[in-house]
Amino acid sequence: MKHLGKIAATAAIALGALAGTANAQQSTLDAVKAKGFVQCGVNTGLAGFSAPDSQGVWKGLDVDMCRGVAAAVFGDANKVRYTGLTAQQRFTALQSGEVDILARNTTWTLARDTSLGLDFVAVNFYDGQGFMVKRTLNVKSAKELNGATVCVQPGTTTELNLADYFRANRMQFRPVVIEKLEEVVAAYLAGRCDAYTTDASGLASTRSAQGANANQHIILPEIISKEPLGPAVRHGDNKWADIVRWTFNVMVEAEEMGLTSGNIDSKMNDPNPGVQRLVGKTGDMGKMLGLENNWSYNIIKQVGNYGESYDRNVKPIGLERGVNELWSKGGIMYAPPVR
Amino acid sequence: MASIPRSRPAPPSIKLSLSDPVVRAIVFQVLVVGGVALLVWYLVSNTMANMEARKIASGFGFLNREAGFAISEHSIDYSPADSYFRALVVGVLNTLIVAILGIVLATILGTIIGIGRLAKNWLISQICSVYIEVMRNLPLALQLVFWYYAVILENLPSAREAHNPLPGVFVSSRGIMVPVPANDPTYGWMLIACLIGIVGTVLLSRWAKARQAATGQQFPMLRAAAGLILGLPLLAWLAGGAPTALDWPELRGFNFQGGGTLTPEFAALLIGLVTYTAAFVAEIVRSGILAVSHGQTEASSALGLKRGLTLRLVILPQALRVIIPPMISQYLNITKNSSLAVLIGYPDLVSIANTTLNQTGQAIEGIGIIMMVYLTVSLSIAAFGNWYNKRIALTER
Repeated sequence: MKHLGKIAATAAIALGALAGTANAQQSTLDAVKAKGFVQCGVNTGLAGFSAPDSQGVWKGLDVDMCRGVAAAVFGDANKVRYTGLTAQQRFTALQSGEVDILARNTTWTLARDTSLGLDFVAVNFYDGQGFMVKRTLNVKSAKELNGATVCVQPGTTTELNLADYFRANRMQFRPVVIEKLEEVVAAYLAGRCDAYTTDASGLASTRSAQGANANQHIILPEIISKEPLGPAVRHGDNKWADIVRWTFNVMVEAEEMGLTSGNIDSKMNDPNPGVQRLVGKTGDMGKMLGLENNWSYNIIKQVGNYGESYDRNVKPIGLERGVNELWSKGGIMYAPPVR
Repeated sequence: MASIPRSRPAPPSIKLSLSDPVVRAIVFQVLVVGGVALLVWYLVSNTMANMEARKIASGFGFLNREAGFAISEHSIDYSPADSYFRALVVGVLNTLIVAILGIVLATILGTIIGIGRLAKNWLISQICSVYIEVMRNLPLALQLVFWYYAVILENLPSAREAHNPLPGVFVSSRGIMVPVPANDPTYGWMLIACLIGIVGTVLLSRWAKARQAATGQQFPMLRAAAGLILGLPLLAWLAGGAPTALDWPELRGFNFQGGGTLTPEFAALLIGLVTYTAAFVAEIVRSGILAVSHGQTEASSALGLKRGLTLRLVILPQALRVIIPPMISQYLNITKNSSLAVLIGYPDLVSIANTTLNQTGQAIEGIGIIMMVYLTVSLSIAAFGNWYNKRIALTER
């Protein structure tokens, strides 16, 4: 009887909890503050964007996005927990509240922004889809891929662009569709496919992961799509969306103003009013977001500006800044003013 | 017989009391059904409310939209310009193909191994035992990944260096390519002739049985059946001008064109499902055979039945009674386990429905479709199995 009582009580609590989480539309910021960390949905392992290093510490451009939000909310960039998500799991994980931010090299498209119940808030990497082939295949252009077998991950814009591209060019192909990144790459390396397609950044990441064998693979020059990758949050929580959006904007603006994690302490008394706002001395920017006024200082101090994050994470996999350079330096990375 | 205590008063029949077993049964059943209904209602309404609140699209309207993704294996015409609905149909057919082939092959392989385990030859029975214990104790997902990556992809050469064991047969990491008969209307007629042969065999065997019951005369059924089922298509082939043209696979560009292809994904899935399930089938067959006591064999030979007739008329009907019910479960398992195809890139229903629900974002509908299809297929198999089981069950008078 004692046991029965216990079981009944557990069931009642579980049901109650279910009802609680299911019905409550409480704000993400409050929920994050209450649990004490940001739950961040990232790629299961894509060097440069989100992958655990040899010590098991997550590193990457997308990871820095989440660290920035944690720095803004808690003043501590380490208050993040990561959930590795496959392409197919990612949207459901965000919709259901399993993660607070989806920063998983996800392409911003109209259909996703409207019908999936989520909102894209920024573009932290401008990408495009490409093809990688083995050097021995002697292919110089994607236009020569008629009849090829192509490895691709399901549930991605990549899969759709691939079909579109071959249709538009009146070419045939055979897809081999495997969900997990590691396994689709393994199939390509084993020769199951002639070509592997994904975003150019992903190709560079996979290629660099081959170490000494990297130059046995070449990335074809054609970029067949626009892939603006960026963080997304649940639809309808504008306050949380603002925090994530402006966390990213602060990182870009800091680069424009020449603020880095290294020099921000010495610039605290810089007379430039823009710098004064960014270090949190004037303007009450944090208050407007519902945060402390030193939120932007914490982001820059602990995570660094966008350029630092890029150089730390993406440069090593062999991707130059390209279009992701600041607008003032010939790229298209442009942040609305923090004021 | 336990005596009823005389002191117990007769229960008043009008008064409803929980100590009345009938009332109690009804009350508890109503409570349980009500509880389940409440839970279902709660889950459904909660899901709808949450989807509404989170602005997640719902409904099945997406089925008519253009799918936009390609599928590697399709038994009906399919291109990315077709609808999600057609893509899902392709998935269902792929699932059915692998399930049906898997069921047939697993039954054959399992029966051989099951009999092998009972063999008097020590080596054969030990090999069969080891096979069964290894196969059924390793997770299927692991076996599929092993077959696909470790056996097929790692060991086979690229398309340009394909093995060529027989003229026209190529083995590479792109699959096994074989020459197939070139398209010819005669093959359609042969199929029809074969169907006519099967129907004729069934009718003939009924007639033969009735005649044997009436007159005692036997009819050479086996030879007649072979003549009907194999002979008629052969005649049709000859009548059609005996076409022998073959469609040869040929390396053109990146891949082999023409001929028939057994892809690595399909092969790995089929091999994995068959070898795994055969281990269970083998144990079922063994238990069925052991369940028939040796006395039955002795009795039927005492009656003068030949060995073949003993097996067919005495042993098998009794063994099947033990075998069929667990066998149905294995058939259901094969069908459901085929959904592990998603691990190795075979485009089965789950794989395609997953892609669909990911592209459209309509997870609930996608999962609903998967569940409906599996439920329909599984219930059909179960219904057929139960019908067959009833037919062969012991009729007690």
